Amino acid sequence: MAVTLDQTIAQKQHTLLSRIFASQTFWVVIAVILACLFLSFATDAFATQKNLYNITRNITFVAIIALGMTFVIITGGIDLSVGSVLCLCSMVLAVTMHAGYSIEVGIAVSIATALIIGAFNGILIAYLGFPPFVVTLGMLSIARSLAMVASNNTVVFQFGPDHDKLLALGGGAWVFGIANPVLYMILLALITGFILRWTKFGRHIFAIGGNEHAATLTGVPVKQIKVAVYMISALAAGIAGIIQTGWLGAVTTNLGTGMELQVIAATVIGGANLAGGVGTAFGAIVGAALIEVIRNSLGLLGINAFWQGVFIGGAILLAVLFDRIRNFRRND
Amino acid sequence: MAVLELTNISKHFGAIQAVNDVSLSIEPGQVVGLMGDNGAGKSTLVKMIAGNFRPSHGTMQMDGKELILHKPVEARQHGIEIVHQDLALCNNLTAAANVYLGRELRRGVGPFRILDYAAMYKRAGQIFAELKSETRPRDLVKQMSGGQRQAVAIARTMLSQAKIVLMDEPTAAISVRQVAEVLNLIRHLRDQGIAVVLISHRMPDVFDVADRVIVMRRGRKVADKTIASSSPEEVTGLITGAIEQVL
Repeated sequence: MAVTLDQTIAQKQHTLLSRIFASQTFWVVIAVILACLFLSFATDAFATQKNLYNITRNITFVAIIALGMTFVIITGGIDLSVGSVLCLCSMVLAVTMHAGYSIEVGIAVSIATALIIGAFNGILIAYLGFPPFVVTLGMLSIARSLAMVASNNTVVFQFGPDHDKLLALGGGAWVFGIANPVLYMILLALITGFILRWTKFGRHIFAIGGNEHAATLTGVPVKQIKVAVYMISALAAGIAGIIQTGWLGAVTTNLGTGMELQVIAATVIGGANLAGGVGTAFGAIVGAALIEVIRNSLGLLGINAFWQGVFIGGAILLAVLFDRIRNFRRND
Repeated sequence: MAVLELTNISKHFGAIQAVNDVSLSIEPGQVVGLMGDNGAGKSTLVKMIAGNFRPSHGTMQMDGKELILHKPVEARQHGIEIVHQDLALCNNLTAAANVYLGRELRRGVGPFRILDYAAMYKRAGQIFAELKSETRPRDLVKQMSGGQRQAVAIARTMLSQAKIVLMDEPTAAISVRQVAEVLNLIRHLRDQGIAVVLISHRMPDVFDVADRVIVMRRGRKVADKTIASSSPEEVTGLITGAIEQVL
């Protein structure tokens, strides 16, 4: 019997399982799990509560920024300024609180700084047509310099009347002994995932990354959305900066140096495509996790720390290699 | 009554007269082939109807009421839909997501509204079935054939109550079999009482599907007649200028 049109339309081309196997994120998760299993058996120090606490907490700072970066990368852009923005926001918080203001004021000023920088980046990119790479490269330099100006290039480690509150915010473990930063990361990841999958805004972000011209023609407010994604990216860096300040208990002007590369690496390992149109919140977290596990394991296995870059770089190439292989097969 | 009526429309860009004193009317359920060489003024004319340009002179009327468009979104609100030459599709999204791009369905209350995937898949599936196209709403556009991609672009025009659909070179870059598919889609729109303006360079397509042919040359309308009373030879002569004018 001939297949009717309705049957063809109703037929699903991919089962859930085949889609999972085809996703880069899935294979990175497998890599993380295998690495963890291997390390648990190969070393005594890995599967201890203290080490796991450290690993999960170390993941968070890169992961939180990677969540923001995911928005930018899905639109086909890039934000190189996140490391410097993290530093500037930390410093603004530290200086404000050091001057005697409460933690609420400090956080508000810090978040406002992040949003202003994000809006500045976004407006230059969306309305004036600057290339994202150039704008955010400029901001990388500007924000770090402003952090030095704000603190006169000193270390700030006294945060005024709310000193202890800030340290508890970043360094505490309020629920089930899970480090606070981890809780923030999970919350932010859930919000990011929700926005990307269930909102019109999220859908439009993917559309811009897929075909910006088409998005414009179909009435998507492309420019406003682009400004918004750079604001989200800067906001994520600002939030990470606030949390990291609380955890470290001190802010220096070299905080977050080179972090933008780790963040971009995490997003790419997690399956986001720098050409735009692809990316997930879960992928960003998993990518950050893989980087941290590699770093942690090299230390525990007694491998010279100079090799770290080789392994992390190798992970980036390997993750993208999987993607290429899938594409080759599809094109055959 | 004519669904769209242009009266003495002209458009100039500085000293260049792109469209010169063109009048035409389009009836509901009519397929009009708009032909002419490159630079004849077809695209400029269509862009005025689509709201991209405002006419320098002349008036447009829709269902007897004057039509003034400032931007493309307003054209859509008046029931004018455009299928762009490059289709304006996002390869990374599903067919349904592309159909609903820019006017996504949502459910929920007040500001808490989420995308209504089920409703969009369902309605997109219905439209594809109506178009008799083998397009699955959940498939990514990047995996689709040229004909299916055309179906997605055309499905967009059927979301709202379109009165007139402008198609810019819909058969320029697809295979012979897919051309037949697209011509069927056009007939389907016509059967629903939608007026279709088909901009094309391909003589066989226009003579296959159109009821009327309008030929433009150097910004002027040089012919406007029924397909039955014309011939490909005559139209070729009109396009090249070998035949001056038949009105």
